[in-house]
Amino acid sequence: MIAATPPTEIKKNFFNQKQGLASWLLTYDHKRIAILYLLGVTFFFAIGGIFAALIRLELATPAGDLVDSNTYNKFFTMHGIIMVFLFLIPSIPAVFGNFLIPLMIGAKDVAFPRLNLLSWYIYMIGGLFIITVLLMGGVDTGWTFYTPFSTSYSNGYVVAAGMGIFIAGFSSILTGLNFIVTIHRMRAPGLTWFRLPLFIWAHYATSMIQVLGTPVIAVTLFLLVLERGLHIGFFDPAYGGDPVLFQHMFWFYSHPAVYIMILPSMGVVTEIITTFSSKKPFGYTFIAFSSVAIAVFGFIVWGHHLFVSGQSAYAGMVFSVLSYIVAIPSAIKVFNWTATMYKGAVRLTTPMLYALGFIGLFTIGGLTGLFLASLGMDVHLTDTYFVVAHFHYVMVGGAIMGFLGGIHYWWPKIFGKMYNEGWSKISAVIIFIGFNLTFFPQFLLGYMGMPRRYHVYPPEFQVLNVLSSAGASVLAIGYLIPFCYLLYSLKYGPDAPPNPWGATTLEWKTQSPPITQNFEVTPVVTQEAYTYTTEEVVHVG
Amino acid sequence: MPNHEKSAEHHVVPKRIYFGVFFALVVLTWVTTYVSTIDLGRWNIFVALAIAIFKASLVALFFMHVFYSARLTKMIVTAAIFWLTLLLFITMADFWTRGWMGVPGR
Repeated sequence: MIAATPPTEIKKNFFNQKQGLASWLLTYDHKRIAILYLLGVTFFFAIGGIFAALIRLELATPAGDLVDSNTYNKFFTMHGIIMVFLFLIPSIPAVFGNFLIPLMIGAKDVAFPRLNLLSWYIYMIGGLFIITVLLMGGVDTGWTFYTPFSTSYSNGYVVAAGMGIFIAGFSSILTGLNFIVTIHRMRAPGLTWFRLPLFIWAHYATSMIQVLGTPVIAVTLFLLVLERGLHIGFFDPAYGGDPVLFQHMFWFYSHPAVYIMILPSMGVVTEIITTFSSKKPFGYTFIAFSSVAIAVFGFIVWGHHLFVSGQSAYAGMVFSVLSYIVAIPSAIKVFNWTATMYKGAVRLTTPMLYALGFIGLFTIGGLTGLFLASLGMDVHLTDTYFVVAHFHYVMVGGAIMGFLGGIHYWWPKIFGKMYNEGWSKISAVIIFIGFNLTFFPQFLLGYMGMPRRYHVYPPEFQVLNVLSSAGASVLAIGYLIPFCYLLYSLKYGPDAPPNPWGATTLEWKTQSPPITQNFEVTPVVTQEAYTYTTEEVVHVG
Repeated sequence: MPNHEKSAEHHVVPKRIYFGVFFALVVLTWVTTYVSTIDLGRWNIFVALAIAIFKASLVALFFMHVFYSARLTKMIVTAAIFWLTLLLFITMADFWTRGWMGVPGR
């Protein structure tokens, strides 16, 4: 694909070129910043996971025997806030986007390296703000902060939690801005738009959402803080406000935010499927433009969260139709991934297992989304466990499977070490089984009418709830196993060659781990991203 | 645009433009204050918003250099305004049509 030759001997890399804590905390290197983000998101994922475990433990019995209802409200609120704002949204863009975008486009770094480091600090400050809220006693509004509960009745630390998200949001905006400028201005000679890896297209679309959408959630939370603190009537009808206005503004960001989580994951899955099918992706242009289409259409479907809120029935009809439309570009991707594998030399490596898991789980998550986009069906299913199951299939089944797939795919590149393939495959299967055992029963519970956000439920729902809680423990084990063998690989794993998977994109043309400047010589691109020749399909490791 | 291409030249704006825009903003602030003392009925909000939008445009075009920027920058600014319009228009579309269908029992 390029004229640059991979170096044969690993000497220096971005880990050992500079040493000491200060060299990490003051680094401008996009790869080191990506690792700082990896540490941050892993920490917050663990905290969010602890709350998930507590929720499932409470729901193992129909009685509220572990905590009272107020504490339970805080559990699911902190779980949601931490997982959405501090893990899912930054996970793939901030970790893999940061590490890979400059490498994939043949650049030395992102366009604004200092801004990149600042983004990480802002993210951590926002995150620690939220953790402080947790230590002070938490917040009980749900991650959606709906008014008038959040403005008038909640006794939790709503203002502080809102400010934490407000702060963390700036990190997301600055990262998106950095990526857009980097992709526009820093591409290697010869790397035209349609030679870009599809991971880059996915991140470009994601960045658009981050830049255009995140300011709205910041403004919304700021208005909420003003309303709660100063009783200005944005949302309170007593002062001429409208509580549904909060939901409009909240979901204008928070629905596209789902695409901030899922689009990068789709980019990861495209790279994995292409590499492990040793085949050009089917319909490159369609996959690229479907990312942009998802980003654009994703912005005009938010009203499907408001079908029972008192929103106009006519607005509901329009939002229902628009929500069906956004399924089209998502379906295009699923069809194209499947067609890419067709007659490909498919290798069932660990990243590929995660990618296949993603396709199955995302398809279920997406199709059940269509149930919820249907006006009549949604009236029955609103605020039930069906909704909880649906968005976990998209966010966990989609985004986290993509994240784990990406970790396993690029681990050799990032850390220069190979991990244990046997254990990694076992954990991928455990996660897939654990995930379905946790969340599939919730579809049934929701359809049967069990509402979300209650810690006490009728005894007839217990069997399915016990299954779900058992699945959560399987899932937790599944998540812990990679933590062990990946850390083990850092010390004892065999060294990774520059291109262990026989992939074709630029990041595999430099050494593992890369040098600080990424490439010895700036690559010159003369071909499309995915050109498989006989030599490219020779695999190592 | 690959990195070997030159970025758009930096435009040096004459001081008189900055002072002129600043003067216009001060005058428009006075106009806003003055208009708020006159009851224009349902036009109150439209007049206040029109002045505010004009002032914001002056800031974006001259203080933030959009007027002198490359087409790509102008496109990004236009997209941002379009997105804001989407938020406002669709939200208002809900508000305007709520009364179209009667509420049972009312």
